[in-house]
Amino acid sequence: MTQTVTGAVTAAIRELVDDSDLRMIGLTIGGVYLIATVLAVAAGYDVGGIVNTLRAITVFAAGYGMLVLALNLHWGYTGLFNIGVAGFMAIGTYVTAILSAPPELSPGAGLGLPIPIAVLGGMLAAAIAGVLTALPALKMRADYLAIVTVALSEIIRLSIKSQTLASVEVGGLTLGTGGGRGISYPAPSDAATWLIELIPGGTLLYPAGATFGIARPVVSGLVYMLILVAFTAAFYWLLVQIGQSPFGRVLKAIREDELVASALGKDTRIFKLKVFAVGCALMGLGGYLWLGRSGFVNDLSFRPDITFFVFVALIIGGAGSNTGSVLGGIIFSGVLFYLPQFISQNFVRGARAPDTFVEALSGDLTGYLVANISALRFVAIGVLLVWLMQRRPEGILGHRMEAAAAIDLRGGRPGGHEDD
Amino acid sequence: MEFGGITAVDGTSFVVEEGTLTGLIGPNGAGKSTTFNCITGVYTPTAGHVYFRGEEITGLAPHQIARRGLVRTFQIARELEEMTVFENMMLAPQGQRGESLLAAVVPGLRDAVITEERAQRAEVWETLEFFEIDHLAHEYAGNLSGGQRKLLELARALMTDPDLLLLDEPLAGVNPTLEKKLLARIHALREEGYTFLLVEHDMEVIMENCAHVIVMHQGQVLAEGAPAAIKQDDAVIDAYLGEPI
Repeated sequence: MTQTVTGAVTAAIRELVDDSDLRMIGLTIGGVYLIATVLAVAAGYDVGGIVNTLRAITVFAAGYGMLVLALNLHWGYTGLFNIGVAGFMAIGTYVTAILSAPPELSPGAGLGLPIPIAVLGGMLAAAIAGVLTALPALKMRADYLAIVTVALSEIIRLSIKSQTLASVEVGGLTLGTGGGRGISYPAPSDAATWLIELIPGGTLLYPAGATFGIARPVVSGLVYMLILVAFTAAFYWLLVQIGQSPFGRVLKAIREDELVASALGKDTRIFKLKVFAVGCALMGLGGYLWLGRSGFVNDLSFRPDITFFVFVALIIGGAGSNTGSVLGGIIFSGVLFYLPQFISQNFVRGARAPDTFVEALSGDLTGYLVANISALRFVAIGVLLVWLMQRRPEGILGHRMEAAAAIDLRGGRPGGHEDD
Repeated sequence: MEFGGITAVDGTSFVVEEGTLTGLIGPNGAGKSTTFNCITGVYTPTAGHVYFRGEEITGLAPHQIARRGLVRTFQIARELEEMTVFENMMLAPQGQRGESLLAAVVPGLRDAVITEERAQRAEVWETLEFFEIDHLAHEYAGNLSGGQRKLLELARALMTDPDLLLLDEPLAGVNPTLEKKLLARIHALREEGYTFLLVEHDMEVIMENCAHVIVMHQGQVLAEGAPAAIKQDDAVIDAYLGEPI
């Protein structure tokens, strides 16, 4: 009996390791972990500190992974230029927040619905917003969709911030976005504690962590990290199902030449609306689980630069490739975003660093770079983007041929051998 | 059909018989492309009607017309470049189960999609072999030569299971060997029951291959009939620079 169980587990692990895509993902995150560990040790962190750093990096990577995958569906697959990602994240998060927040809580009171229902409500709201946004832009050129989505994103952000919607009387209930003060609601990260308490023996994780110097909040943080990674994996699975199907084929055709797709009898508007809705729902969920994980958001949580960052991550990884999306998410969030911030928080040399770039050139350049690394990383991102567009617009994996079919097209040749 | 103040096509009327190879010719500016686009739904005619198999299709969207069995090819072969020849072909069939989002995603429903994909894959191999481009099956369509693209264009149109194929200058810029091949295929298909309307520049080709010819000039139908009759038609000879054909 134990033989077959171990045999099955070994086979599953072998399958995972053999899968070169998962290997790539594993190696990439492993590389980021390695750099982070070295830096953390150099900064004098103890085991608990190092574990917490790796946890934070993984949370970042998983969050970006989800969003980049959703954008890949829109832009990578279908060629829909959606630059309102932050806006759809905001809708998903805020609607879920309003639906799940207990009525008595302030700022921003809500309906107090069970969280799964609130989550579905948030995703639905984001999907509907997506459809309403896409409808007028359907017949127009790609740039018009871009304009409409960025306009919507800003409208949403300003609406969230406005005092008018901060508190609204609806049918005897006080609902609201909380305006500039933001909204509080049951934190998604609490799901970790709930899960720990649900699973028999789960609470043993706390003392187990303590022996390694890992504090309780970090332990539940690690569990939430796993939950996020699971969601990212689910997003990945969904996108692979969509991409490797006739539906996915039509999406690619729309990207390549919409006129041909319709000349072959496909009603491209319906496809675009459906894919827009699904992508926006995913963005809404990702926003809630990741940016909204602490149970508090305000308008500053969904600044438009987030959209830009997700695009850069997608371009790095390779638009059109799902594995590329995850890789781009890891590399962008880890290398370009988190680690520079880590360096600046832990290695700043103090007042002796030069104030301006000109001064730094003739003096302590390294000191200047390290002290200002948080700001300079945006310069680096910009430079990288320009370089990528010039030399390698397909990113890491964008060139890869991922055939849009539910079966292996190389097989099944009459007279040849069946491949699948 | 009017564009702004210009009447591109005026009072054009013709009939394409089922199971025939019909040719539509005319000098540049005769209104062939406009007529073509009016039929296939790219333009909505400002006046007039288009009927297909007794049903009015005037003003329908291109995809709706294609679904009814009236399928067109493009003059400058529009291959979906970043997709392989095979993907191009698999795209074409109508009413694929897997084109529904739910069917593609839900594990139980996906099984039926997989079965349909396998059947389609077999049909694609058959069609590719018929056009002798099966060796290019997994090439990016963007890497094909001009002639190969023309073959793919026609092969792909065929996968939609059409009744009437509207070919927009299928032989433009095609070398004589390939031209013979293409025409041979078209004739073979006609014998299987497909109807063709060829829009072409090359008079000779049309005259030699089509049972019925329509000549357009300056937005109107100049003459219509069998090639032999067209050749004698004075108006036609005048329109084509006064040279005997």
